[in-house]
Amino acid sequence: MNIPDELRYTKDHEWVREDGDAAVVGITEHAQGELGDIVFVEFPEAGDNVTKNEPFGTIEAVKTVADLFAPISGEVLEINEAIEDAPELANSDPYGEGWLIKISISNAEELDSLMSASGYKLFIESEG
Amino acid sequence: MAKPRKTSLYHIHESLGAKMIDFAGYLMPIQYSGIKDEHHAVRTSAGIFDVSHMGEFFVSGSDAEAFLDTVTVGNVSGLHPGDAQYSLMCTTAGGIIDDLLIYKKQSGYLLVVNAANTESDFAWLNQNIAGDVEIQNISDDTSLIAVQGPASRKIIGSLADCKIDSISFYKFQECLLNGHEVLLARTGYTGELGYEIYFDEPHAPEIWSAISDAGGEEISPAGLGCRDTLRMEMKYCLYGNDIDQNTNPAEAGLKWTVDLNKPHFIGKDAIVANAKSPSRRLVCIQMSEKAVPRQGYSIWKGTDQVGVITSGTMSPSLGIGIGLGYVDAEHSKTGTELSIDIRGKQKSASIVKAPFYKNGSLHD
Repeated sequence: MNIPDELRYTKDHEWVREDGDAAVVGITEHAQGELGDIVFVEFPEAGDNVTKNEPFGTIEAVKTVADLFAPISGEVLEINEAIEDAPELANSDPYGEGWLIKISISNAEELDSLMSASGYKLFIESEG
Repeated sequence: MAKPRKTSLYHIHESLGAKMIDFAGYLMPIQYSGIKDEHHAVRTSAGIFDVSHMGEFFVSGSDAEAFLDTVTVGNVSGLHPGDAQYSLMCTTAGGIIDDLLIYKKQSGYLLVVNAANTESDFAWLNQNIAGDVEIQNISDDTSLIAVQGPASRKIIGSLADCKIDSISFYKFQECLLNGHEVLLARTGYTGELGYEIYFDEPHAPEIWSAISDAGGEEISPAGLGCRDTLRMEMKYCLYGNDIDQNTNPAEAGLKWTVDLNKPHFIGKDAIVANAKSPSRRLVCIQMSEKAVPRQGYSIWKGTDQVGVITSGTMSPSLGIGIGLGYVDAEHSKTGTELSIDIRGKQKSASIVKAPFYKNGSLHD
């Protein structure tokens, strides 16, 4: 299971990468495996505000659908438009080209509440 | 809950990297490489499915024919050895107890029922037994492998000592496959040319491997995930989703399975009454925008709820959201524009003619 050390993780199986004043958000390798073939993602629009732990969109797979939860509060700066044409990127490259949205960091302390890679590994084990 | 059981192919599924789920009390492969890949493999080449969880009964005795004519809706006395029939068992109120396949052999009848209903079907059949009839539950001793897809005839034909070209749709032959006795039936649940192969359980790993080897690059292991998307594209009902004891054959679009000329069968009076003007109908719903209908979502005409989705998915063949659902009869015509409440948002859809996927090799 690929769980990059430099990222932070949520209990909803999303990852966060700090990028200056912004946070890039995606789903984890584990999440994409559980969902199976992803067929589309319903995104908020750039400029929308999202709230930590509140749904900001949905991810539809062939077999199931899941809510996406905001890992932090902030403004949506960008969505990954490549996902609109090729949702399978979230399966094949969840930490890279399959990223989902970029959110402005409004409160840096919120990032501290996220899990480290090691913490997320233990979390998956405990869920298993 | 009892611990889920394993079919005799469990270790093969594990070695192929399948994702296993508990389905009807069995650990079954939901997918290997992925639902979409496997779906396309079946539509364009061939897939091999372990469906050994299905229940099998053997019904014999001098009164077996009359008995089956009473407990199922179709014309059993009209079957010839080598015929297969899709049928239903119904309650006196016309509710569907199960859908099943009946294979007419020289020595009796093989009934194939849904795994989740095996025990209750067996009990119900025994409650209704009359005359010289013996019902054996042979589910644990019987394996079932389905090979489906346009390449299936060539693959199975290379292993079976029968004239496979002479097995027409909904017919079967008893023959040797890789040296083992099998019942080789041209039936399936995918809308493609395909075969369902019944045989004694100990041979399952060997037969699976022989078919996989014979198919080579042309065959892919296929799980229950794509079995579900394939059957939905054909509007084939799934028991527990689209049909159950609260649905009757007419509204489910299964009136064609019912022989109303039979003097008597369980549920006949209610089915006749329902058949005239069902109050709702199971229809094919195709999304007009990017959205996926799922079981339980409500169906709307303007501000009125007119139905509910019973099965739904993203169609891998069509690339759009599709669903089956019951809609009030007055809104059930092909072409009717509807909307589906998808997690609080109304998404537009319309009723289309069945099946969703029309290019299958079923009758090739």
